[in-house]
Amino acid sequence: MTVGNAPGAVRTAPARKPRNLRRPLAYALLSLGLLIMSAPFLWMALSSFKTTSELSASPPVWIPTEWTLDNFRELLDKLNLPLYFMNSVIVAVLVTVSNLVFCSMLGYALAKLNFVGRNKIFGVVLGALMVPGNLMLLPLFVLMSKLQLIDSYAGLVLPFAAGAFGVFLMRQFMQSIPDELLEAARMDGAGEWYIFWRIVMPLVKPALATLSIFTFLGSWNNFVWPLIATNDPDKYTLPVALATFATDPNKAGGSNGMLMAGAFLVVLPVLILFIALQRHFTQGIATAGLK
Amino acid sequence: MSTTTGKAARAAEVQGGPGTSPSPGALPHDQRGRPGRQGRKASMGVQNAAGWLFSTPFLVLFTVFMAFPILATLLMSFTDFGLRNVTRPWDANFIGFENYVNLFSDEKFLKSLFNTAYFVVIGVPLTIALGLVVAVLLNNGIDRARTFFRVGFYAPVVTTIVAVAVVWRFVLDPSDGLIAGLFSEVGLTAPDFLGSETLAMPSMIAMAVWRNVGTVMVLFIAGLQAIPTEVREAAKLDGAGVWQEFRGITVPLLRPTVLYATVITTIGYLNVFEEPFVMTQGGPSDSTLTVSLNMYREGFNFFHMGYASAMAYVLFVVIMGITVLQLRLLKDNTK
Repeated sequence: MTVGNAPGAVRTAPARKPRNLRRPLAYALLSLGLLIMSAPFLWMALSSFKTTSELSASPPVWIPTEWTLDNFRELLDKLNLPLYFMNSVIVAVLVTVSNLVFCSMLGYALAKLNFVGRNKIFGVVLGALMVPGNLMLLPLFVLMSKLQLIDSYAGLVLPFAAGAFGVFLMRQFMQSIPDELLEAARMDGAGEWYIFWRIVMPLVKPALATLSIFTFLGSWNNFVWPLIATNDPDKYTLPVALATFATDPNKAGGSNGMLMAGAFLVVLPVLILFIALQRHFTQGIATAGLK
Repeated sequence: MSTTTGKAARAAEVQGGPGTSPSPGALPHDQRGRPGRQGRKASMGVQNAAGWLFSTPFLVLFTVFMAFPILATLLMSFTDFGLRNVTRPWDANFIGFENYVNLFSDEKFLKSLFNTAYFVVIGVPLTIALGLVVAVLLNNGIDRARTFFRVGFYAPVVTTIVAVAVVWRFVLDPSDGLIAGLFSEVGLTAPDFLGSETLAMPSMIAMAVWRNVGTVMVLFIAGLQAIPTEVREAAKLDGAGVWQEFRGITVPLLRPTVLYATVITTIGYLNVFEEPFVMTQGGPSDSTLTVSLNMYREGFNFFHMGYASAMAYVLFVVIMGITVLQLRLLKDNTK
């Protein structure tokens, strides 16, 4: 990845005016930075294919001389990764869909409907953006225990079913829809639900895409709540399963090779998704200013 | 507790619902904005009802899973809420400010407070500075492969932190890790980064900076692109050098972005949890025990939930205080 860019830097440099040393220097610094950024990922990927002896070699072996899939095999033996993968997918999909629907609904109301109390509700949304998640964990656990939702998908999904970030994002986008369009539909006798579902929602598809990606990834990467809301290993999400495996005090978890293989399998789908959809990420951050 | 919030929400709904009470802002403003439309009066009632119907799902979820827990944490922090109260919450005893008083003579808590402050005070400036450098290099220093670099620097942000922390634990391993390899290439022996009381926290800061530089970079790129090119051109015509342009134009115009990035990075770092949980479990000798990890342990390992709630509120007050302070700075600077 990093090396591939070096020729580009060399090629552009002579084309510029000789006094301009800025460009090659910038390329060199950025390439060095990118090497540091990608080093842990490369190390993870390479290590997951190393044999046990090469993994524990000191000084370490950089590139495996003998590539092996043993780490992955052993990991899948010890850890039911397909199950955790499915748990993570189910929770993330449910959280994403409910956010798309509920956040869009409130976003539409805040952007396009005049109703008494609108400003107060928007104030609540802005306030909710600022409250750290830690503040809710303890009573939320008690509440979920009372509702018998510990170790259930509902327990994992409900606290994240509608986030203030999504409302904020959708409101921002929907405000740019011309009022005349909605007025015209109202004149034609369209109800608010029809206008929302058939006119507004198709117009904010880019925003819905951005919100989907952020919500899905947020849920996929979420750790603290699934850690608290699950006791039964069969209901663990991927991060909880991996962390439990990695921090097992009895060291039943085993070798670094297995852990690297596990991390590799958890990180890979996220990286692929990100690289495929990277335009939406930067747009989303530029629009909403949040990560 | 739940009934109180339920009533409050219902009261608010009743007050807002029928639309009899004059709304302070929205309604008159809109009528001013569209003069002479007689048909709007009829549609106002419809919009009122629709507005509340569209808001209800969010408000219900918000009330049950956010407003109620926030309030309950506050109430719990004044009680001796423990394991038995998970099934019988009403049995908890009101003990006033005892939890809060105890916190400030609890060496472990004070240490976790110190560790969190250490993480923020070193980590935030490093993240902001490096993010700014990368953004400036990307925006002004190069003419191609921008997307490629941007994707590379942003990738750690989106990856699962637990997996990344597991990887970093191995990267920092003193005998067979990546860093150990680099040390041995130059004939040195790597220190035991995560096993050392003095090095564990700096190692974790390094990882946090690595992970969060991308977020700050993207914010700064957006900020840089908002600076009109004419301003830059004018500076160049006046003979400003690279450094003069950076100090005279880029830095002042980016100040709002710097403060905004500082606010969100600070909030994130004050809540740091996953890194110590996976990498060190707070050790060695509590040198990486952060407030969030301490709260998690007191609450969910020892079930001292009242005490842990007090911790959560102390952290919340600290976060709010710092955020308000930073936002005030932001306001002053944008004027």
